[in-house]
Amino acid sequence: MSSQTPASPDQTPARPLVRFSKVTKRYGEHTVLDDLDLDVAAGEKVTIIGPSGSGKSTVLRILMTLETLTDGLIEIDGEPLWHERRGDQLKPASEAHLRKMRGQLGMVFQQFNLFPHMSVQRNLTEAPRQVLGLSRKEAQSRATELLERVGLADHANKYPGQLSGGQQQRVGIARALMMRPRVMLFDEPTSALDPELVGEVLHVIRTLADEHDLTVLMVTHEMSFARRFSDRVCFFDKGRIHEQGTPEQIFTDPREARTREFLRAVLEPDV
Amino acid sequence: MEWISYLGPLWQGAWVTIQLTLYSTVLGALLSFAAGIGKRSSIWPLRILSAVYVEVFRGTSLLVQLFWLYFALPLAGNAIGIDLRLDPVVAGVLALGLNIGAYGAEVVRGGLKSVSQQQLEAAQALNFTPRQTLWRISLPQAIPEMLPAFGNLAVQNLKDTALVSLISLGDLAFRAEQVRNFTQDSATVYTLVLLMYFGMALVLAGMIKLLEMSVGRWRTVSR
Repeated sequence: MSSQTPASPDQTPARPLVRFSKVTKRYGEHTVLDDLDLDVAAGEKVTIIGPSGSGKSTVLRILMTLETLTDGLIEIDGEPLWHERRGDQLKPASEAHLRKMRGQLGMVFQQFNLFPHMSVQRNLTEAPRQVLGLSRKEAQSRATELLERVGLADHANKYPGQLSGGQQQRVGIARALMMRPRVMLFDEPTSALDPELVGEVLHVIRTLADEHDLTVLMVTHEMSFARRFSDRVCFFDKGRIHEQGTPEQIFTDPREARTREFLRAVLEPDV
Repeated sequence: MEWISYLGPLWQGAWVTIQLTLYSTVLGALLSFAAGIGKRSSIWPLRILSAVYVEVFRGTSLLVQLFWLYFALPLAGNAIGIDLRLDPVVAGVLALGLNIGAYGAEVVRGGLKSVSQQQLEAAQALNFTPRQTLWRISLPQAIPEMLPAFGNLAVQNLKDTALVSLISLGDLAFRAEQVRNFTQDSATVYTLVLLMYFGMALVLAGMIKLLEMSVGRWRTVSR
């Protein structure tokens, strides 16, 4: 463990905002994440690419506490996510601790997962009001502002079922941002969309990430977006980071044969 | 026009039937939610209590439950020195409500189970507590799913009220029996009673349908 750096934010190199240390996830015999190390700095935009079944989504799901880990340690700003420090020992986290940690994370889902029985407006305001205790007025002004940013100001009173997939995902992004998370997790946010709707969602992600200086961890199959958007690209294979680097390096000069093979298959599919 | 004179007492009985149905359905609905939610609780004594309630009241006959509450409970009370004699209306409402609640609990449990895992994950990612998730995410989505089954149970309950005539409560079935004994006009009396039960069932089903449309409006919106 090397997390004993003093908490002094103005010193470089800064302590990573998210740190995975030797994280392993197994389902029975099947190993999904294998001894994974991954650091994400504050403000950094990291995309995870790789073949399906390589454990990409599991990274996000464990971070969002939707799945437990089998072994290892995850820290957010130096504080263990799945554990609590008691003296110098680490104990499994209580529900209260998980709730506190979860508040720093926001997630956007592949299938949007909007609440179908609530209007767009209430999808945005419900959690800030109930969970953060915002007043109706505060929550509404926050929602109005974000709906404006994602180009859906006119749709506040519609139900999710009345929106296109691209519009629904933009609501999903706004809903997550309402909680003002420190880290945004995007789990294949455009995979369920018709191709012509992908652009509007990626555009929103990019604008908001820049404006809010968000820390982003994103799993995606949109290679050209990953290339333009990311500070760093991680190529996942068999539950590990097989190769990582700047988008430039990964996409133009991948060192590993497995990375080259994957990128060739994705970028120039043999027909 | 002999039959018109039957309508007075029959209407009296029908009114009792309507009240019985109303009270016991409301009681049954409350018990349904209590036990249906209880069965999925993270607190194990609640789970056990709910399961025992459901199994006992589904596994025994309504008639026996009614007789037990009305005839046996007071005796049991006597034995330990408490007055547990129940008014026939109270015994009737309790027996019907407890019985229908046990069936309703399974409907509630099934409805809650049908809420997708993705919805629960979204709620967790937004840091809702389990209780907030239940009341604000799961139940509002599950209730429209439950209503058709609840409608069936309510109509079933209406018809079951006829059993309370056996503890000499003056409901529709009881009055019908009285009129028939008095006039010996079985054909007319039973035809009238049949039509009256059918009419009440239609109204009840219609009310549930309206409720279904109003709570599930979000499900029918289109782009």
